[in-house]
Formats: sequence, structure tokens, C-alpha cells
Amino acid sequence: MTYCDRCGEPGVHPACVQARQLEPPRYCPQCRRRMVVQVTPTGWTARCVEHGETLSS
Amino acid sequence: MDILETARTQVLEQGIGLSEQQALEALRLPDERVDELLDLAHEVRMRWCGDEVEVEGIVSLKTGGCPEDCHFCSQSGVFDSPVRSAWLDIPALVRAARETAATGATEFCIVAAVRGPDERLMRQVRDGVAAIQDAVDINVACSLGMLTQDQVDELAGIGVHRYNHNLETARSHFDQVVTTHSYDERWDTCQLVRKAGMELCCGGIVGMGETVEQRAEFAAQLAELQPDEVPLNFLNPRPGTPFGDVEPMSAVDALRAVGTFRLVMPRTILRFAGGREITLGDLASRGITGGVNAVIVGNYLTTLGRPATEDLAMLADLKMPIKALTRGL
Repeated sequence: MTYCDRCGEPGVHPACVQARQLEPPRYCPQCRRRMVVQVTPTGWTARCVEHGETLSS
Repeated sequence: MDILETARTQVLEQGIGLSEQQALEALRLPDERVDELLDLAHEVRMRWCGDEVEVEGIVSLKTGGCPEDCHFCSQSGVFDSPVRSAWLDIPALVRAARETAATGATEFCIVAAVRGPDERLMRQVRDGVAAIQDAVDINVACSLGMLTQDQVDELAGIGVHRYNHNLETARSHFDQVVTTHSYDERWDTCQLVRKAGMELCCGGIVGMGETVEQRAEFAAQLAELQPDEVPLNFLNPRPGTPFGDVEPMSAVDALRAVGTFRLVMPRTILRFAGGREITLGDLASRGITGGVNAVIVGNYLTTLGRPATEDLAMLADLKMPIKALTRGL
């Protein structure tokens, strides 16, 4: 099962997908843990204690 | 007399900002006259500020876990927000400043989600400001909540040239937005900043359920402080906060606020800040030709903005030069 990285609920949600264009992820899609997120002027990093760090592209 | 005729004489020609009552008249202009309002606001900005646009980047040094209950803020530890606490280390802070400077920005604001700085945060700021000054050619500003006199003096002493502390909203609406501190406490920090010789950056957020009368009151209260810069945010409702379900304000109301704030404060740096992407979308350029003369480029503290390149292209299209770096003595 995968989780929405914006709201943490199972599945894919069109409203969350749209909102994510202007937001970093907040929940790990693999385990739904809240991630430690750092936004910088040109990007973001999101770290899950279990699944490691994700970087903005 | 019609409010825009009055403003043409009073604001454009004499440089005297609109009063609260006059601001209310401007905010009540019908939709079909908003372009007229914005055109006049643009003339006022060009006359009293010039054509340059000040570009700034911001970064969160300490994210989340704030003890205050500002109802718009996802970084409050009081609400069930998905934002977790995070600290930025000094090398990452310098990288962020360098990335900001690379966009052509002249301002870099270090922000912390706190009631006011403790010694740990002050030490991080002290070290961070010194590291940026050693490595990057950019003005450093801070936004660290409420300050003591000693903290104000220290920040001024280490070369922080501008300090941000928003009133956020009108005095009469403040208790609907924040209950853990008072409007007067915010006002007092702003006064300390001014007296210490730092530039004062003080604005807030519109679209937080205030009435149009309170929006006019807010503009007038900001004008009374005479801030060097007014960042104008539009509420971006954040999940988990008390304002999470508030409908974003309409683009035309946002533009009416932009034009009116410029007519209330003809000489201030009026900056487009958070929320403009969801509120205005492509109409942001109308704000730049409607009184705004500064932008935050790139991302915000917990949300993302448009890529800096898009904003810089917009400014180029509008033939608005980016303000060059100047240093105070």
C-alpha cells in the first residue's frame, strides 16, 4: 500500500496532487510517517526516519 | 469628491497617504474601477519609489514547534499540522543565501518559528549571519519573533539591516487570529527595531476573515508605524490550522488591497509575499503594475513559490529593473 505524501491517507487524491505543486511532501508514501521537511529558496528535502531522504528535483 | 480624484491630488502629487476612512472608500470601489485604482497606485509607486523592484529570498532557520497559536500558521505546535520541527545548519543556511543571491536578489531573510529567540537561536543566528557575510554579497534580514532590547541591540550590532515583525492584521481583528500574545507586544517589538536603527519590515496577511473596514484599519495602523517595507501576504489556508478551511480571497479583492495599501503608504517597499500564487495566479503581474515594488522569489518557509526564473522573466517583460545591492554605512 502507498500513502498520499500530502495528507497521509491511502491512495492518490486529485486535490492533493494539485496542492502538491506548491507544497513539499509531508508524509512518507511508504509508511505514512510524518517527515522532517526543510524548504529552501530553490528546493526542499524530506526525511523519513525509516525510509531516508527525498530531494526536490 | 471621488476617492481616486482625491488620491491623485493627495497621494500622487503631495505624497500624503490615504487615511483609514479614505482607504475604506478605495477598498469599496466596484470591480469595474479596480483597474483605475491599480493604475493610480502604479503612478504613485513610480513617482515616490521609482521603477526598481527589490527581490528577496527567505529561508526557515527553525521550522515548526512554535508555542504561539497564530491561526494561519502551519508551524504552530498548538495545532495538528503535518509540519514537523527542523533546524537548518550553518552550511545549508549559507547555501540558501548563495542560491538567493544567484537570482539577483539583494535581500535574504532568516526566519524562525518562535515566540522570541532563546540563547540557542541567537547563537545560531550570530554564527549564521557571520558565515553569510563572509561568503555571500547580500543584505541579511531576520524574523525571529518578539525581541528584548538586548536582542535588538545585538542584531543591529552584527549587521542585520532589516527586521521583520508583522502586525498580521488589524488591532480589532487580532484576537481572532492570535490569542497567545497581544497586538501591543508586536507593536512594541516594531518600535524597538526602529529605535535601534534597523530597517523595519512589518506587514501581514489579508483574507483572514477580516471585514473590509478592518482591512482599511490594518493599512492605516501599518502606516502609523512607517515601516520601510510592508510584506503583503494573502491567506494560503494550511491543513490542520484553524484557518485551514477558509476560502482564499478572490483575485479582485487581493488586487484592491494591493492598490489601496500603496495609496495608504506611497513611499514604502510594498512586497508581494506568500499566497499570491493561489490567490492571483497569472494576475500577479497586475500587482507589479498596481503598486507592488518588491517580491519574494523562490520558495517560502513551508510552501513552494514559483521558480525565481519565472518571476525574473515577468519583471523583464514589464521592463522593471531589479534593485541593485546597496549597503548602509
